[in-house]
Amino acid sequence: MVRYILRRLLQVIPVFLGTTLLVYYMVFALPGDPIAALFGDRQPPQSVIDALRNQYNLDQPFWVQYGIFLKNLFTFNLGVDFTQQPIAASLARAFPVTAMLAVEALIIQAVFGIAFGVFAGLRKGKLFDSTVLVASLVVIAVPTFVLGFVFQLVFGVQLGWAKPTVGANADWGNLILPAVVLGLVSFAYVLRLTRASVSENMNADYVRTATAKGLSRPRVVMAHILRNSLIPVVTYLGANLGGLMGGAIVTEGIFNVPGVGNKLFQAIQRSEGPTIVVIVSVLVLVFVVTNLLVDLLYAWLDPRIRYDQ
Amino acid sequence: MASANIRIDEVAAQVRPILEIKDLAITFKTGSGEVKAVKNAHLTIMPGETVAIVGESGSGKSTTALAAIGLLPNNGRVSGGQILLDGEDISHAPEKRMIELRGSHIGMVPQDPMSNLNPVWKIGYQVRETLKANGRPDGPEDVARALAEAGLPDAARRAKQYPHEFSGGMRQRALIAIGLSCQPKLLIADEPTSALDVTVQRKILDHLDTMTTELGTSVLLITHDLGLAAERADKVVVMYQGNVVEAGPSLELLRNPQHPYTRRLVESAPSLASRRIQVAKEQGVEASDLLAPVSVAKARATDEVLQIKNLRKVYKLRQGLGQTADFAAVDGVSFHVKRGTTTAIVGESGSGKSTVAKMVLQLEKPTEGQIVFDGVDTAGLKGKDLFKFRRRVQPIFQDPYGSLDPMYNIFRTIEEPLRVHKIGNAASRQKKVRELLDQVALPQSMMQRYPNELSGGQRQRIAIARALALDPEVIICDEAVSALDVLVQAQVLNLLADLQDNLGLTYLFITHDLAVVRQIADHVCVMEKGKLVETGSTDSVFDNPREAYTQALLEAIPGGSLLLPPAVA
Repeated sequence: MVRYILRRLLQVIPVFLGTTLLVYYMVFALPGDPIAALFGDRQPPQSVIDALRNQYNLDQPFWVQYGIFLKNLFTFNLGVDFTQQPIAASLARAFPVTAMLAVEALIIQAVFGIAFGVFAGLRKGKLFDSTVLVASLVVIAVPTFVLGFVFQLVFGVQLGWAKPTVGANADWGNLILPAVVLGLVSFAYVLRLTRASVSENMNADYVRTATAKGLSRPRVVMAHILRNSLIPVVTYLGANLGGLMGGAIVTEGIFNVPGVGNKLFQAIQRSEGPTIVVIVSVLVLVFVVTNLLVDLLYAWLDPRIRYDQ
Repeated sequence: MASANIRIDEVAAQVRPILEIKDLAITFKTGSGEVKAVKNAHLTIMPGETVAIVGESGSGKSTTALAAIGLLPNNGRVSGGQILLDGEDISHAPEKRMIELRGSHIGMVPQDPMSNLNPVWKIGYQVRETLKANGRPDGPEDVARALAEAGLPDAARRAKQYPHEFSGGMRQRALIAIGLSCQPKLLIADEPTSALDVTVQRKILDHLDTMTTELGTSVLLITHDLGLAAERADKVVVMYQGNVVEAGPSLELLRNPQHPYTRRLVESAPSLASRRIQVAKEQGVEASDLLAPVSVAKARATDEVLQIKNLRKVYKLRQGLGQTADFAAVDGVSFHVKRGTTTAIVGESGSGKSTVAKMVLQLEKPTEGQIVFDGVDTAGLKGKDLFKFRRRVQPIFQDPYGSLDPMYNIFRTIEEPLRVHKIGNAASRQKKVRELLDQVALPQSMMQRYPNELSGGQRQRIAIARALALDPEVIICDEAVSALDVLVQAQVLNLLADLQDNLGLTYLFITHDLAVVRQIADHVCVMEKGKLVETGSTDSVFDNPREAYTQALLEAIPGGSLLLPPAVA
């Protein structure tokens, strides 16, 4: 098992180098001059432009730029962004906010998605099941930005149940509305996946055998249907957490959440190579680690899967 | 002696049957209206008695048994009659009462040991929850005792393993342990061993017999195998299309079947029949020999179409930490197959018989040894030659559900090999498909239908037609009839025998079922653990088995020991 985990962690190195190189090159190849864009319509003196170019190594060829970036990354000297803010400090503020949002959204979609999915699956073809299925289809079909604005208007402004925008002081309570919007779409998928899985496992031979043993219905459902049905759902949720950590650009934008999505969006607009690549690098790490955790959880849920061989 | 006498007295005093089913009718609600799966079933089981329900799939035998333990699928319900368990009508009992009865009063041993244990829980846990749900002591030693009583060696350690670490026989023992752990008065055993090898089957059934006799449990045995039913049960109930058509003491019913269906069942039960097909075939060949001295089958009968020489297949097994161990799946197997004859390879699962078939089909490369087909060593075949070879050697596989592409209609399925080998044009190919359907006795109207619309027997006929499409010389049948009901099995075997006579085909028949071997094969190769332990003509092997392993296999045929008057057999 330890060997397996080590091997998986070692795989991070090529993945990390590959993704950073690719992203760095794409930013480098973006059309337009990022320094000129900083000044808008005004024309700064050439000496200022040269100084800025030199500060951000933009006067160097691509490979040198990338090399300097890697060196800085491994010496934990991330430098400053185009607004002269230290990148490390601004990311240190953004990531916890996004992590909070992601975890909150994940909890919402897991708890409600699995609960509704199990009930729908157990009552396949009944009224509850059909209602939930149609409702989930609506949630999937409506784009996030529509859902976001509707929730903001209805629950945030008109009913006043939650703060319509988050702003600088993000905490669990403030983030509830964006978390619900963010979780809703995946909630619908989790629900459908759980439902399909439960209704399939309900007809499994071992469930009938469990009933034949004299077990009560709740025990049959908990021990023999639920655990087996959660295996595909857990995989989906884990992969989803990685996605959520990337920050939801649209949702964070609507609710003014100072998270990674916002930062990334700004950095892309300004063609700030180093900031973008740092964010992506952290995300690559998050993805690799969550995927590893999911695989370990998977093996725990399904004993037929063993990694140490 | 004294205790036995007491038991007999008790039975005599307690005249009430443990299970009595009266005029039972069961209806299923389906998309196309209501279907009566069971129309009129009745049976009585006295304490300590074993009663078998025999019938083909769809006869309603399993449905009747499931109704007795209240486990009908959601769309099914008891629409008439009574199910009396120890005098109490449970046909419409509330779920709460059924939960009380299940496990403690009625136990169940299900059919397929592979799918009836939950893969995510340890064996011990699955036994323990049974004990716990029925209020029995459920400590580790109680779990181990239940497993040990079911004949599982090293039970305390085995209880900590998961189902996938168990063989089929061990899983079935675990399921028997679960079914009998709370000493129910009635045990429902639904085809308890049909998924297992004959020798394992015999051991498990012997053990089940011993246990139920000791505990005084009544058994309702569901099976499609008349031989097995007759050997194991006191009484046999024959079901056909939802009705009980005949019932009576086992031997009496076998010797003197009244209902036409029972008669057909007795006649075609492979485990009871002798060499019927072969005898008929020999007579047929003789007759045609008189008419046409140079028949296809006999013309080259002396030539050995397949020569297997010292065949070996070694697999590397991983043993953790980069170490591997060699495992010889096939070890030094040599035999010859004469053109126009049938050679059977028999053995239990894991004996390497299917690996031999795969190597002959060139789907696996032998590690050592030669396969000579029609004088040419197949090892050197590549590209075009291999393509030509495939045309001459065709397979028929076990699972008629899995081996047909569900998205292809029957015409496309049979036509595909012709298209792949670029034989003829569209018109001639269609003509050929029609002829092939005629050969396997299927109507031509079937061409536009899809596999899911056909029965198992029909699908296997399609698989045969597809194998015949390229006019092959050798057909490898890998358990080709194992998945079929007895009557259908007999029909398919007859069809294969007819085709052999007409087309001079050579069969290599891979099977675990010795009864089938006796019906169809000229020569038998018995394999055990990768080695060929005995070969010879079918008669010599059956009448005079030399090896202990062959004898064990033969003795394990259910019903093999029953003596029937020649008129029936």
